[in-house]
Amino acid sequence: MSNIEQARQALLRRVLEGDGKASLADRRAAFNNGALAEPLRRLVNTVARNPRGIAEDDINRARQSGLSEDQIFEIVVCAAIGQASRQYDSAKAALEKARENGR
Amino acid sequence: MRLQILDNGHSFGTKTLFAIIQTVSRQPVLDVIKLVKYRPDFYGTPMSDVTQQAMRGPSPWSIADRELMAAFIAKTNQCEFCTNAHSAVADLALGTEKQASAILCDLDNPAVAEPLRATLLMLGKLTRENAVDATDMRAVLAAGASLQHIHDALAVCFCFNVIGRLADSFGFSVPPAKAFDAGAKYLLSRGYR
Repeated sequence: MSNIEQARQALLRRVLEGDGKASLADRRAAFNNGALAEPLRRLVNTVARNPRGIAEDDINRARQSGLSEDQIFEIVVCAAIGQASRQYDSAKAALEKARENGR
Repeated sequence: MRLQILDNGHSFGTKTLFAIIQTVSRQPVLDVIKLVKYRPDFYGTPMSDVTQQAMRGPSPWSIADRELMAAFIAKTNQCEFCTNAHSAVADLALGTEKQASAILCDLDNPAVAEPLRATLLMLGKLTRENAVDATDMRAVLAAGASLQHIHDALAVCFCFNVIGRLADSFGFSVPPAKAFDAGAKYLLSRGYR
């Protein structure tokens, strides 16, 4: 049967622990939608919570703060993977709870 | 796209590949391809491994079911690019025209049997509210889904909540339907690698 877990863990290791242009601290904070200075905080939170709401200005502000396009690319990727991971983990925990209650 | 590197920061070899794709398909290279081919060691290659496993790995769900889930997740996120792309693949896999769009607008459509309908409802809530609870999962199990059905559906949900976010964040342009049809043929025959 299909199991993405091994490939998913490899993806997480790559973006959170591997080489990159953005710092490991920023990539991890983006993944966790955690402590980041503006304008990255707003950009990362919008990617996670309201991706439809991302505007050209959000990217431009990140650029004007001195970040390179490669750094913005990596941080946005980490923010997207982080939010999808929280959804995934929440659903897995809910399934486990449903199974326990059903025993 | 909003980052210039994603439009034209690729290696010479990748740019040549894009030129070939454009010549053969007579369609513009889709932005999602430009994304996965940009510094592929960082995101494109490891993400494609996850997506290939979720969408084409062994599963009690058919390929059409999983493409429909991808389109439904995209529609829930209001991501036009991904909704159009995966509706086109679902229709191709089903051998229908516009059935996927009809299903996305009405999950009570008779073409949607259980446990797919209950699973789509759960994936919609997970995507919209970022969480589900044990009651939601019991409803899917009661509709006849096995644990493997649910695990596999969550894998699809993970992939398309990543990809949809990136499509919106990087500002993917939405090409004409013919470009999605060409992309659908490729995804159905070759998969996500």
